[in-house]
Amino acid sequence: MSTINETRPADALRAGDRQADEHASATKPLGGIAGWMDDRLGGAKGVSFLAKKVFPDHWSFMLGEIAMYSMIVCLLTGAFLTFWFVPSASQVVYDGSYVPLQGVTMSDAYRSTLGISFDIRGGLLIRQIHHWAALIFVVSVFVHMARVFFTGAFRKPREINWVFGTILSLLACIEGFAGYSLPDDLLSGTGIRAMNGFIQSAPVIGSYMSYFIFGGAFPGEAIIPRLYSAHVLLIPAILVGLFTAHILLVFLHKHTQFPGPGRTNKNVVGYPLLPVYIAKAGGFFFIVFGVIALISAVVTINPIWAYGPYDPSPITAGSQPDWYMGFADGALRLLPGFLEFETFGFTWSMNIFPGSLVLLPLMWTIIGVYPFVEAWVTGDKREHHLLDRPRNAPTRTAIGIAGISMYVVLFLAAGNDLMAIKLHLSINDITQTLRVLFFVAPPVAFWITKRICLSLQRADRQKVLHGRETGTIWRHADGRFEEIHAPLTPDERWALVQHESHQPLELTAGKDVNGVDSPVARKERLRAKFSNFYFRDRVPPATPSELEAAHHEHDAHAAAPEGGHEAIEPAGASQERETIKADKQPG
Amino acid sequence: MNENDTTDRGTSTSLVPASNAGTERLPASLIRGVDQFENPGLPPHVHRAADDDPAAAKRAERQVATMFGLSMLATLVFLVSYFAIPDEATFFFPGIGIAKTQNIVLGLSLGFAIFLIGIGAVHWAKTLMSDEEIVEERHEQASTPEQRAKSVAVVNEGVASTQLNRRPLLKYSLGGALGLFALPLGLQVAGSLGPTNIEELKHTIWDPKDNGGKPIRLMRDPEMTPIRFDEVTSGSVFHVMPETLQKYIDEGKHVLEAKAKAAVILIRLDPDLIKVQKAKDWGVDGVVAYSKICTHVGCAVGLYEQQTHHLLCPCHQSTFDLTEDCAVIFGPAKRPLPQLKITVDDAGYLVAPAGFAEPVGPSFWERAR
Repeated sequence: MSTINETRPADALRAGDRQADEHASATKPLGGIAGWMDDRLGGAKGVSFLAKKVFPDHWSFMLGEIAMYSMIVCLLTGAFLTFWFVPSASQVVYDGSYVPLQGVTMSDAYRSTLGISFDIRGGLLIRQIHHWAALIFVVSVFVHMARVFFTGAFRKPREINWVFGTILSLLACIEGFAGYSLPDDLLSGTGIRAMNGFIQSAPVIGSYMSYFIFGGAFPGEAIIPRLYSAHVLLIPAILVGLFTAHILLVFLHKHTQFPGPGRTNKNVVGYPLLPVYIAKAGGFFFIVFGVIALISAVVTINPIWAYGPYDPSPITAGSQPDWYMGFADGALRLLPGFLEFETFGFTWSMNIFPGSLVLLPLMWTIIGVYPFVEAWVTGDKREHHLLDRPRNAPTRTAIGIAGISMYVVLFLAAGNDLMAIKLHLSINDITQTLRVLFFVAPPVAFWITKRICLSLQRADRQKVLHGRETGTIWRHADGRFEEIHAPLTPDERWALVQHESHQPLELTAGKDVNGVDSPVARKERLRAKFSNFYFRDRVPPATPSELEAAHHEHDAHAAAPEGGHEAIEPAGASQERETIKADKQPG
Repeated sequence: MNENDTTDRGTSTSLVPASNAGTERLPASLIRGVDQFENPGLPPHVHRAADDDPAAAKRAERQVATMFGLSMLATLVFLVSYFAIPDEATFFFPGIGIAKTQNIVLGLSLGFAIFLIGIGAVHWAKTLMSDEEIVEERHEQASTPEQRAKSVAVVNEGVASTQLNRRPLLKYSLGGALGLFALPLGLQVAGSLGPTNIEELKHTIWDPKDNGGKPIRLMRDPEMTPIRFDEVTSGSVFHVMPETLQKYIDEGKHVLEAKAKAAVILIRLDPDLIKVQKAKDWGVDGVVAYSKICTHVGCAVGLYEQQTHHLLCPCHQSTFDLTEDCAVIFGPAKRPLPQLKITVDDAGYLVAPAGFAEPVGPSFWERAR
């Protein structure tokens, strides 16, 4: 084993690799426009720094790029739409080219949205690109967040950027809601109607908040212009500002990388910004934009002309928000009505308030503080630039999946009516089942995920110690059959053995020197409990001596085949062996 | 040891750790042994076909150029079809149905014009640009203790120059002014956002006071024609607005605020099915009228299941049982839909003599006060 490393240190360059700061000497002096600019801005220094900036490569790093590019597409098409959209709730009579609505009284906002869809050439395409890009923006933000969470990329020094991203994702949802409410069609108007109900559910100040937000009684004429200024000015300004900070921090911290041969916590291995990442990332903007345009060309989204103008009296079956608000809508469908009560004549709408006004801030706060909780439990003050494989952080991965399962239950609940219709089920049964699942699914998902992670870790161990299964069966002279395992190369093996494996913290003595419970000791006890929760079930990575022992076992194996697969377990770590055995017991 | 600490703190400040060693220390839960595999280093670089074979490189070049060329072609298609395709043109799109030609052609040409640039650029990067990985060193984010100490010294110097520490009057008066100056701005926004008239939430235009004290006729929505009692056949459903709404329509007022609370659903069912005496009494021979605004968050309760006599709200599936005076039998709503008392006037039209007995629509804090 040791011979492998003698040839080349971990982060040494191979023949043909270049050191980041060593680049082709300039053959041409800076002149022309570039020279004129540099005389005034001195940008050449920055250019050489930026051009050699290294980005590691992995498909999952693309998810954040999709979010970034779809946001840019939204900004671009949104600017177009403002040229024709009229953010006004004034009532007008429609006389545009869409025949079924001619002569109908509607708001100017709805009339102008119909105009964009039917009378502005290419307007429908721009509207559809805007809506599709918004949907893709929010989904890519969420998936990007999941990637960052499950790979532990939020760890020091990136906690601030995780918080920025958390705020960005919340803003993205609110921005989307404000946007799809603007056309003032029957569906979005019903959404605003429900929003008014949410606001009114706030204890003490709810009614006043409703009158403040709507500028008087619901719906009034103020909400459309107010949502408009929030949608095109306030929220985008914060979004773009935070997004810029988000990207700058990625530059500052340098991107994380997945573990691999030659990749360490102190380097970043990848391709330079110029030309490879300019071409790949720049090209990817065109791919994202192009795909959104292709979808918008052939798939209708939000056909507002089919819904009609907003009127509080009519309604359509299957009224649902855009997908990213689905989980909140689902929470409202699951909360049972009996939670509402009155004290001294005041109404506590606990059947609405927790699912509407509390859910979003609460959920995003939990997401935002997670890195600090985990850092406190591990007590890890080091910087982390190498990503975790999700299996190597079983408890974190399980927490994440448990959270996602909760989210999915709420999300499914938002479609309980459609499920009932399409699947011919009772809506009451579906709702009751989901109510139970909301509490049952997370712990079950947690347990299953953690077991899968531990099993995958054990599979990694086995692969390291006994090699890869080749599928070749040998028949020995004595009639025995054996599958041949091919040993892993050091490069293949490294990804499976490189990770750190925490051990649960020991319970410290709970008393101070005088035998009194000290607050510090209490805090430490709590930390030990958490540490135990996180790291109790532990499969340590294989070590060179275990590999050595496994080779011995293999030799012994040939003599005594009854040995079975007990040899997977490390010979020395008896404590760990017990854990694994306990895991294997049924139930 | 203690002495060292104190002298240390004297020269710098508490912001500065004695050394950076703390950030490198392993957490207690990790034990780094000697028995560990070592990083094997970067794997050997594998050349691509285009690196070694000029023909492959030429092929890649042609592929990229083809994509860029097709992109230009698609742009041309967009430019031509923008002018050539009439607004009203439709065609049969297989798998989709009748589609708007303009949207499809403009969208596909724009999409391909953009998409092919991206595909071309990425293909270029993957086949022809250098795929040799570059190694960049990372450096600890934290500044060195010297840099930290220097920054603290600079800040302290600046603060000392303002004399804030020596002149508390300045400190507190500045703090007060900065703390208060945002109040006028906040007050302006919050105070002027909207007129608040919470009592209005409890009031609907079904109140006979809005009609000179006379009972209010039930009108069809949106035709605004009165409903005769004998027109309400068994099992039929009417969406109803009050006669008083006509005044708002005639005056050209924004009618939606009134409609948002006044919407009523009128249903005739077999009087023997109604189990609550009050519900029977407030109706006429099985004709009953209820507020159509859901007591959950205010959507219109628009789905009537004729077989079960249930009213279902399509937003969150609160289900109200008409035979039980519209009590909630399922879903997130708590309160029954308020009933509107109706009678028949001398001309045979349905009228509401008294308005609603309680606030309609979603709950709010002061509802029951």
